[in-house]
Amino acid sequence: MPHPLERRVLFRHVDEPGYTPDLDCYLRNGGYETLKKAVTRAPADLIEEVKKSGLRGRGGAGFPTGVKWSLVDRKSGKPIYLIVNCDESEPGTFKDRYLVHQDPHQLIEGIMITCFANNVKQAYIYIRGEFPHGARILEKAIAEARAKNFVGPNILGTGYSCEIYVHRGAGAYICGEETGLIESIEGKRPYPRIKPPFFPAVLGLYQCPTIVNNVETLCHVRHIVEMGGEAYAKVGTPNNSGTRLIGVSGLVQRPGYYEIESGKITLGQLLHDICGGPLPGRTFKAIIPGGSSAKILRWGETFKIKQKDGSTVEWSVADIPMDFDSFAACGTMGGSGGVIVMDDSVSMVEALANVIAFYAHESCGQCTPCREGSQWIKKITARMVHGEARTEDAPLLKNIADQICGRTVCPMGESSAWPTQSYVAKFNDEFVNYEQIKKTRPAGAPKLI
Amino acid sequence: MTQPAKTDLITVNIDGREIAVPKGTNMIEAARMLGIDIPHYCYHPKLSVSGNCRMCLIEMGTPAFDRATRAPIMDPATGKQQIAWVPKPQIACFTNASPGLHVRTDTPLIRECREGVTEFLLVNHPLDCPICDQAGECKLQEQATQHGRGYSRFVEEKNVKPKRTAIGPRVTLDAERCVLCSRCIRFCKEVAKDDVLGFTDRGSFTTISCYPGRELDNNYSLNTVDICPVGALTSTDFRFQMRVWFLKQTNSIDTESSVGANTVVWSREGVIYRITPRRNDEVNDTWMADSGRLLYKQVRAENRLTVARIAGQVAAEAEAIKAAADLLKAGDAVIVASGRSTVEEQFLAKRLSELVKAPVSLVARIAQGDKLLVSADRNPNVRGALVTKLIAQLPKPQLTELGAQIDADHVRTILSLGEDLAEAGLTPAQLAKVKIVYLGTHANATSDAAQVVIPALTVFEKDGTFINQQFRVQKFAAAVPGPAGVSGDLSALAQLIAAAGGITPPATVDAIWALLAAEVPALAGLSYRTLPETGRVIDHAEWAALPFPEGETLHYTPHRSA
Repeated sequence: MPHPLERRVLFRHVDEPGYTPDLDCYLRNGGYETLKKAVTRAPADLIEEVKKSGLRGRGGAGFPTGVKWSLVDRKSGKPIYLIVNCDESEPGTFKDRYLVHQDPHQLIEGIMITCFANNVKQAYIYIRGEFPHGARILEKAIAEARAKNFVGPNILGTGYSCEIYVHRGAGAYICGEETGLIESIEGKRPYPRIKPPFFPAVLGLYQCPTIVNNVETLCHVRHIVEMGGEAYAKVGTPNNSGTRLIGVSGLVQRPGYYEIESGKITLGQLLHDICGGPLPGRTFKAIIPGGSSAKILRWGETFKIKQKDGSTVEWSVADIPMDFDSFAACGTMGGSGGVIVMDDSVSMVEALANVIAFYAHESCGQCTPCREGSQWIKKITARMVHGEARTEDAPLLKNIADQICGRTVCPMGESSAWPTQSYVAKFNDEFVNYEQIKKTRPAGAPKLI
Repeated sequence: MTQPAKTDLITVNIDGREIAVPKGTNMIEAARMLGIDIPHYCYHPKLSVSGNCRMCLIEMGTPAFDRATRAPIMDPATGKQQIAWVPKPQIACFTNASPGLHVRTDTPLIRECREGVTEFLLVNHPLDCPICDQAGECKLQEQATQHGRGYSRFVEEKNVKPKRTAIGPRVTLDAERCVLCSRCIRFCKEVAKDDVLGFTDRGSFTTISCYPGRELDNNYSLNTVDICPVGALTSTDFRFQMRVWFLKQTNSIDTESSVGANTVVWSREGVIYRITPRRNDEVNDTWMADSGRLLYKQVRAENRLTVARIAGQVAAEAEAIKAAADLLKAGDAVIVASGRSTVEEQFLAKRLSELVKAPVSLVARIAQGDKLLVSADRNPNVRGALVTKLIAQLPKPQLTELGAQIDADHVRTILSLGEDLAEAGLTPAQLAKVKIVYLGTHANATSDAAQVVIPALTVFEKDGTFINQQFRVQKFAAAVPGPAGVSGDLSALAQLIAAAGGITPPATVDAIWALLAAEVPALAGLSYRTLPETGRVIDHAEWAALPFPEGETLHYTPHRSA
C-alpha cells in the first residue's frame, strides 16, 4: 500500500495485485483513451497543454519539457525523431525500470501522444543493456499496441503513422547523456557531441531535429493530456509541478520507490515518515538527493534561503522540500530522484572511493579532464582506503575536481567533480585524518569498496 | 571570368586587439593571425574539429542584449556595448568568429585550465622523453614546459598500455604516450579515406587500434606520424635513427608524380634521415604519400653512379664529356630527355639539341593515380619540358619510333638524360647498334651498354625547379652534397654544349633563370631567388588543350576542352 504522504499517478498500478503489463489489463483500466482523444486535437494544442502544465524533464536536469519541444527545428524539412531515454544508469536511480516492467503501455501511450504532438514518425526507446527483461517487455507491448493500431501505420484511422523501435544499449553510463545516446543509436562510440552546435533539437539523430525525453517525463505527458495542463500544474508546487518518482536506497528502514507531489513534502518527511528513519541505533550522516553525481548533503548542515518576499529562512537538510528549485538553492540537485542515504557507520572516504570507482570506470575517455581526472581521483581514494592516506590528499582531491569541473565536453565531468568537491569540503576532517580514523574503525563496519 | 566571391569579414576582439577574419574562422586561427598562440593537441587545420583535448580553452563573451527588448546594453563608462562573458571556459577550436565576439586567452582562469589539462595528460604518460623519437618536436613536451606546473603531484601507479606495436608496415604505436587526440583516426577517415583506426576500451584505458584483421597500410599512413602531437605514432623507418634537433631542414619537392607535393628533407652531415610534407594549401595541404618519403634511399643506393666512364673504363669527367660531345657532333644523334629533369636542365637540353640538331624524345610514366597526392603522371616535370619547348607534344611511354629509326640505321648516337632505354622499349640489339651517352644517377641496362657514362645528381643534391600538374613552378634546394667529383647535370650539359662548339651557357640555376625569364614568355618576370616557397602558377593557356593523363587529385581538377 502506498504511504499516505505519497500521491501515486504514474505508479498508480505499480505493485497493484492482479495488474499485469499486457494490453488487455491496460485497456481494462482506461488505457489508450487519452491517445484516442489526443489524435482528434490539433498537435499545437497538445504542446500548449504540456507548456501550461509546467512539466520539467525527469531525467535529471529539470528542463521544461514544453520549451524543449518548442525548440525543435520544424522548418528544416527534415524528419523529427523522438528518443526515449531509458538508459537509467545513474547510481541510486531505479524508477524507470518499474514503469517499463509493470506498466509499459502507459509509456507507449505517452510516447504516441508526444509523437503526434510533434509530428514524429519514428521514435526510439534507448534501453540500457542491463535491462534485457525490460526490453523484451517493451517489444511485446509495442507489438500488442501495433496490433490494435495504437502504433504503426494510420493510427486509429487518422492517417497519422508512427513506429517505435527498441534499441538496446551495450552497458555504458555515458549513453544516458543525450548526445552520447544519439551517437550510440547511430552505431558509433557514444562520445558526447559538442554543444553548440550539436543541440539535439536542431542537429540530433542523423543530424535531424530530435527530442530526447526521459521515460518518466513521457509517462507524465499521458497524464497531462488526460487531466489538462492547467489541472496538472496545480499538482505539486509552482515551477515544480506534478509528481516525482523517488528511489530511496541506502541505510534507512524502508528503502524503495515512491511517488510524491513535487515540493509538497520535505526530505525529512521522506526519510523519517515514508522510509521509517535510520536503522536502529544509527543516525543519518549524509544524503545524496538526486543520483550519485549530485553534491552530497551533510546531515546537520543548514542553508540560509532567500524567499520571494525578501525574507530569509534557515533550512536544515530535513527541511528541504523535495523539488528541483529547493535542492538547487541548497547547492545540489534533485536530479534523477535517486536518494542515497548514509548513516554514521559509513566512512565518507570509502563512500567517495566507491562513487568515483564508478565514474572512472564509466568515463568515456573522449576528453582529457574527465578521462584522466576521474581515474586519478579513483587511484587516490583507493590508495587511501587500501593503502596509506596522506594529509595532503584532501586538498589534492579538491584541486583535481576543480580542474575537471566545467571544462569537459559533457556534464560527466561534473559527475566525478561534484561528489569529490562536496565530500571533501563537507567532511574535510575525515579526509585529512583518515589514516587515524581507519585504525579506530570498528570491526564489521560496512566497507563500501 | 567569374570574380571570386567577396569574403565576408567579421571583426572579433582577442585579448583587447581587434582583427577582421573571414566568416567561419575559428579562434585558434584568428589568434594565430595576431601572433597569439593558443595551445592545442587535437585541433588540426586540415581535419574536422573534435574538441577533445580541452587544451585550447578560452574565455568567451558576446555583445550583451537586453533579454526582453533585445536592445543592446551599453556601458555608460565607455559608451560601447557591454560584453556578456560566458561563465565557463570554451574551446577555441570550435568557437567560430561572430560579430563582436570577445576572447581572452591569457587570464588566471585560462592559465589554470592549461595547467590542469597539461597535468592530466602527464599523469599516465610514461615520461620517456630521453628515448622518445618525438622529443624535440613533441607538443606535449613543449606545452608541458610552457604551461605545466613544473612538478608532479601524482604518486599513484601509472596505467599500463601496449608499447612498440606495429600497427602497419611503416608505423609503430606506443599507446602509453598517446594523448587520445584522435587526429590519426580523423586523418585516415577524412583524408586517406581508409577508416582503419579507432579507439578501443574506455576512459583512461582507451587505446588506438586497427580494425580487426586490418593494418594501417595505406600509402598515406606516415601522415599519422606527422600529425601525432606526441610520440605515440612513430615512423618505423626513422625510429631511433637520429635526434631531430640535430637535423637540418631543406625545402624540397616530391618527385614521384606530377602533383609535386612540397616536402622537407631532414639531413645531418650529408646524410638524409627522413622526408616529411611541407604545408602548401594549394598543392598538398599538409600531407604526402608514404611512397615519396623513402625516395631519399636512392642517394646511397648500391647502384649509384659516382664516376665517369668511357667504354667501361673510369675516366675524368672532362674527358667523358669530350668523348660524349664528339659522338654528338658526329651527327645522327637523338636526345632522350626526361620528365624527371629540372626546368633548368631541360632548358640546356633544348639548347644542346638545337646545337647538334638532335631530335628529342621524352619517356612518359603513366600509372594509376590515387586521386589524392599521387597522380597518373609519374614524372614530376613533363610540363617543364613543354614550357621550355624541349617537346611540343605529350610523351609516350615507349620509344617505339626511336626503335624503328635505329632499325633503319638513321641513328648513330643516343644521349640519355637518366632514362633507361631498355625499360622504355629499346631491345638489346637496338642498344647495341648505337653509341649511348648516359648522364644519370644510377646504373641500369642503359648505363651498362653506354659508351660514355657521366654521373649526375639526385634531386636531393641539387637546386632546381619543377613545373607540376597545375603549371605551378616550384623550387627545391640541395639538402646534401653529391658524390665527390660529380659536378652535376647542369654543369655537364653546359660543358657538353661548349665541347660541341656552342657558346658556353651558364651552369647555375640563378643564371639560367635569367635566360628563362627572358626567353620563355610564360616565365617572364620570375627568378629562382624570388620564387615563393609555395610556388607560382604560370600562364598555361598554350598547353591547355593537350590531353594530359592526370585525373583529379587533391587540389587539381583536369581541364577538359569541349
